[in-house]
Amino acid sequence: MVTDDLTRAAAARATRWRDARVVDVTHHGDRGVVLRLDVPDRIPHRPGQHYVLRLRAEDGYTASRSYSVVSAPSEDLVELYVERIPDGEVSTFLVDVVEPGDLLETRGPIGRWFVWDGRSRALGIGGGSGVAPLVSMLRHAHEIGRPELLSLAVTARSAAELPYVDELRAAKALVALTRVNDLPPGPTRLDAAVLGALVDPGATVYLCGSTRFTLAMETHLAVGGQPASTIRVERFGAGVAPG
Amino acid sequence: MAVTRGFVGRRASARDPRLPPGQYDVGSSWPVLTAESTPSIGTDRFRLTVDGAVEEQVTWDWAQLRALPASTWRGDIHCVTTWSKLDTWFTGIPVDVLLDAARPLPTATHVMVTSSTGYTTNLPLADVVDEKAWVVWEHEGAPLAREHGGPVRLLVPHLYFWKSAKWISRITLRDSDEPGFWERNGYHMRGDPWLEQRFDGD
Ligand SMILES: Cc1cc2nc3c(=O)[nH]c(=O)nc-3n(C[C@H](O)[C@H](O)[C@H](O)COP(=O)(O)OP(=O)(O)OC[C@H]3O[C@@H](n4cnc5c(N)ncnc54)[C@H](O)[C@@H]3O)c2cc1C
Repeated sequence: MVTDDLTRAAAARATRWRDARVVDVTHHGDRGVVLRLDVPDRIPHRPGQHYVLRLRAEDGYTASRSYSVVSAPSEDLVELYVERIPDGEVSTFLVDVVEPGDLLETRGPIGRWFVWDGRSRALGIGGGSGVAPLVSMLRHAHEIGRPELLSLAVTARSAAELPYVDELRAAKALVALTRVNDLPPGPTRLDAAVLGALVDPGATVYLCGSTRFTLAMETHLAVGGQPASTIRVERFGAGVAPG
Repeated sequence: MAVTRGFVGRRASARDPRLPPGQYDVGSSWPVLTAESTPSIGTDRFRLTVDGAVEEQVTWDWAQLRALPASTWRGDIHCVTTWSKLDTWFTGIPVDVLLDAARPLPTATHVMVTSSTGYTTNLPLADVVDEKAWVVWEHEGAPLAREHGGPVRLLVPHLYFWKSAKWISRITLRDSDEPGFWERNGYHMRGDPWLEQRFDGD
């Protein structure tokens, strides 16, 4: 009961809006940006959780979107990766306009379902910017000295379009590049055969990316015999995350 | 709160008054949001039960449900992840029809809705009566797609869409409130989009 109350109190604090300061902005060409934020009175996140960013215009108009935390819970700054969606209202602003020193309204960390605490086996499967929460899991696994608990399979069109490609490769993630497979040897798709070989009924699967991607992966996993009850899904959007 | 430097926002035209605060219009698309893997439920295996604080527990199979007088709801739906879909329509029956058959006890104040995946969501009884909530099997004239909760889902359009449980299998009348799946996971107990009741504590 006491822990329940504490969790509730932390959740209530997490939903408060705070002005975070942008400390660091690293562009990935014109495809995306890594933002590092100093969040005052920060509550440590659990790998897999996200923050909501809210942009506010002079006249009070606001737009808010969710972004998964990439950093490990122990890191001082909250790291986010934002993929630039053409014509996207919030992502284009974050990629094109935001500079160090800017203040962004944030709240978080949010989510208690798509989270992995590093205590049991996990298989992370990510497409494109969907690798963001998996990288947080990966950093956490290394920090707690349990890298063997986490297997990763990720995909993008090319290495340039895969955020955190070096970090993922260093961790021996299976990398599938669908258009420009310039990192041989590697598969060009996460297809039924590739996923079938990864099936592990004793692990929890964390599946993250666009709707089309996650639906395809769910089908492959089901065919391969991964129990549906072990699969947790985070969907990022329309090209497409609770509904 | 501070203005975001340089942010104007995408407002070619005036904001549509049908959009609650913080929501944007997805147009004709319909994003899919599910925490779990998408199940495949054949209509032959479909069952919907109303139980709990009722005078009579009642179960409908697919044929029995479809034999009820269907009607169409038309309006706007709002997902907590900030998309809204405007002027869409669904075919099914008001939840009232099912409740009339099972006859809730006078002590019933809430419902817990359960999906065949084990997903749950809680609602005040007042939010699912008087044609405010529907059990639907068609969207815009076509059978409800599996990823959107087919064969049958709940539709509670005046609340955020996580309340509109997909793959519905059970409506349990209760004399107290208890959090469902997302509600235990940090989301609001009621979820009114016009009050931006997104998260626990809002
Ligand atoms: C829990 C959660 C975590 C998320 N984490 C991340 C993250 O770590 N990194 C990240 O980049 N994004 C993430 N997203 C997606 C993010 O919240 C926004 O939806 C995305 O940045 C687009 O917002 P926008 O305002 O630029 O586009 P909008 O103006 O909202 O949309 C513009 C157009 O792009 C389409 N669209 C929206 N999102 C996508 C998408 N992801 N892919 C393709 N088309 C899209 C829309 O349907 C619309 O047609 C996450 C979403 C959720 C729900």
